[in-house]
Amino acid sequence: MKKIFTLGVIVLASVHLANAQIDPLLLKIKAADTSKQALNMDAIYGRPFTAVGKLPVAVGGYMEANWQYLGKDGVSEGHQFQFRRMTLFVASTIGKKIKFLSEIEFEPAEKEIAVEFAALDFELHPLLNLRGGMIVNPIGAFNQNHDGPKWEFTDRPIAMTQMLPATWSNAGFGIYGKYYQKDWMFGYELYASSGFDNSIIANKENKTFLPAAKANAERFEEIASGEPLITGKIAVRHQKIGEIGLSYMGGIYNKWKDDGIVIDDKRGLRVFAIDFNTTIPMLNTFITGEWAWINVDVPKTYTQQFGSKQQGGFVDIVQPVLKRNILGWQNATLNLACRLEYVDWNRGKFIETGGNIADELWSVMPGISFRPKSQTVLRLNYRTQGQKDLLGNPSARSAALQFGISTYF
Amino acid sequence: MPTRPFILCTSIFVSAMMMVSCEKILPPAPADDQLLDGPVAGLNYEQSQRFLLGDVAFNDEIFTPEKGLGPAFVATSCGSCHAGDGKGHPFTTLTRFGQTDESGNKFLEQGGPQLQNRAIPGFMPEQVPQGATFSRFTPPANTGLGFLELVADEDLLAMSDPDDLNNDGISGVPNYAILPAYVIPFGHAIPKNGKYIHRFGKKAAAYNLLHQTVNAYNQDIGITSSFDPVDAYSRLVIDPEISTQTVNNVVFYLQTLKAPIPRNPNDAAIQKGRLIFDQINCAGCHRPDLKTGFSTVEALSHQVFHPYTDLLLHDMGTGLDDGYTEGSAKTFEWRTPPLWGLGLSPNSQGGTYHLMHDGRAKSIEEAILLHGGEASRAKDEFVKLSDADKKAILKFLKSL
Repeated sequence: MKKIFTLGVIVLASVHLANAQIDPLLLKIKAADTSKQALNMDAIYGRPFTAVGKLPVAVGGYMEANWQYLGKDGVSEGHQFQFRRMTLFVASTIGKKIKFLSEIEFEPAEKEIAVEFAALDFELHPLLNLRGGMIVNPIGAFNQNHDGPKWEFTDRPIAMTQMLPATWSNAGFGIYGKYYQKDWMFGYELYASSGFDNSIIANKENKTFLPAAKANAERFEEIASGEPLITGKIAVRHQKIGEIGLSYMGGIYNKWKDDGIVIDDKRGLRVFAIDFNTTIPMLNTFITGEWAWINVDVPKTYTQQFGSKQQGGFVDIVQPVLKRNILGWQNATLNLACRLEYVDWNRGKFIETGGNIADELWSVMPGISFRPKSQTVLRLNYRTQGQKDLLGNPSARSAALQFGISTYF
Repeated sequence: MPTRPFILCTSIFVSAMMMVSCEKILPPAPADDQLLDGPVAGLNYEQSQRFLLGDVAFNDEIFTPEKGLGPAFVATSCGSCHAGDGKGHPFTTLTRFGQTDESGNKFLEQGGPQLQNRAIPGFMPEQVPQGATFSRFTPPANTGLGFLELVADEDLLAMSDPDDLNNDGISGVPNYAILPAYVIPFGHAIPKNGKYIHRFGKKAAAYNLLHQTVNAYNQDIGITSSFDPVDAYSRLVIDPEISTQTVNNVVFYLQTLKAPIPRNPNDAAIQKGRLIFDQINCAGCHRPDLKTGFSTVEALSHQVFHPYTDLLLHDMGTGLDDGYTEGSAKTFEWRTPPLWGLGLSPNSQGGTYHLMHDGRAKSIEEAILLHGGEASRAKDEFVKLSDADKKAILKFLKSL
């Protein structure tokens, strides 16, 4: 106990000293525009940036780290400390109505330094902007709105990372636009980009797994199918009601022609997603969620291990319970939160028996989060989860206790 | 006490308490007698590490086209067919075809002996050739295989009674077959005319666990190895698609999987069921007690164990004669399957039973009633039992 107390004192002292070293004249915080509620699709630009002196760029980023203790059917690997990721943003207004933004992510566990977003925007009209470069496909909401500090949970939603690919970006071009009318906001995005490949039905996950295509760096040079992936989204928001978004992503995913010779049938995939968020008046309860359906053309002569239909999603419920000066932080917030999740990686029936194919997961994750500032969060979650294999054998039960920190900087 | 230090101290204290007590809030492990996987007790550190390497290769290694899957195949991993090391599901039931007697398989050039009924994209799976008879095999449980491998040929021959000299209606013969070049015979082997007693598989056509494993990689997944470099699809020798060490690790894993643990063996109804099982001579083939010979793994060496099999071939009647066979077995002969772990089968078969060689029986009782040939007498005795006695014997079988 004495050691823990001493450690706490050292940490607090270090933070105090570190604060004292910041020259407030050098870094000028360019806060995100919070004057009006933005759409989910604005998340990439709706981040806090810092202008560095007179440099023509603004920079920012976020980091996530956590401790967890996880066990499955009574077996645990013990205590784990994880540095999940650090992300850097660099934005620049190149000229009137021309801007550039990039996002570079470091994930030490994946030994990965990846450019997630690097796009140039030209504003032709508020309803017609051209974007090109490495774009984040606007499927669902989480793919674009994935920054760690925005969420009250240490883990990202399973369906949005293990069914849909998270931070799914591709080389491509497209258009987007927004329209405001009193309390109403409308936005759309439409892109043609590179996309998926055969790995989505041939991977070490042993299931149809769209995120497998993320490992294919060639997609930034060449589309496996030679045909663009089309992604589109429309979203509507009412300031007092909330936001709903509908999105679609689809195209041919497999390499069906090589060196001019047809080597396979063309096979397509289609993804539909719906996302929403709202804040209940009076209670200030924030609810956000997303659900997606995936259809993949899997050859009938292949194995049903790789399903042709998937569905899944999540709902987060966040209830602020305390907002006041806490430990010297003005407007610090304490939240209670709960996430409900479900994924079915293989919807269908066995050819051999007519019985249901399982391969599904559910999870309930209550948590407490503390935000000393809106851009910084400390969160404590408990996850309980059940997962059935393809055959529907008794669920593997797992649970995890997690504590994490995440902040924009 | 001032508020600020109080909150700080409380937070640190609560966090520390959670870190040291978090094991208490995790889901408990299922009881050992509810699981078929897990190692035999008493492995040393080196053996435990080899077991874990084999476990990963068996249960976690997924084969993709890049890793050599197929091109035609049945399953994408070992674990796909043996969930939790238990019996398999009709989804991965495999088909063998092309052999009707001990003269061998006449359809080897047309894809025999095993049908690869699936194929990677761009390829076509096989079909059973016209004129070939076939049989469907549901994957067996892996549990306790190391014990079965160590039963001496002498003991198997002692249980064999080809001429039914004891007049119990049960004969039982070993399956003699030629060894593949990469298999080294057991020290206890008793060959006959250059052929050796095989013991694994529905027709007892695999000699040992190396033979079984190499064959499964090749025929089930389409993975060649240094042991068997002939690609099942092209019938050409190709580079090994799995390392020799991985195959050896998987063999060691299978050898050191624990034997199933009976549940509630002292329950009165279960003990009564066991007694009836003996009385109606189910134990004539499903032998309760066998013993192992020497093993470098102490937990396997010179042990008496209870698999409820004699590892011999028996005439099971025309109802179970598919017209297909392997080795020296007749088409109507099947190796006695071990009954240990039977009660846990639904946990790996999707919540229901798929019993007999092809999963056609959906309950233990249905499986008993499908017995014919040498098992006819025992089956008829079972049919004559009172409902209470039938329940007792079924309860006993589910306790294994």
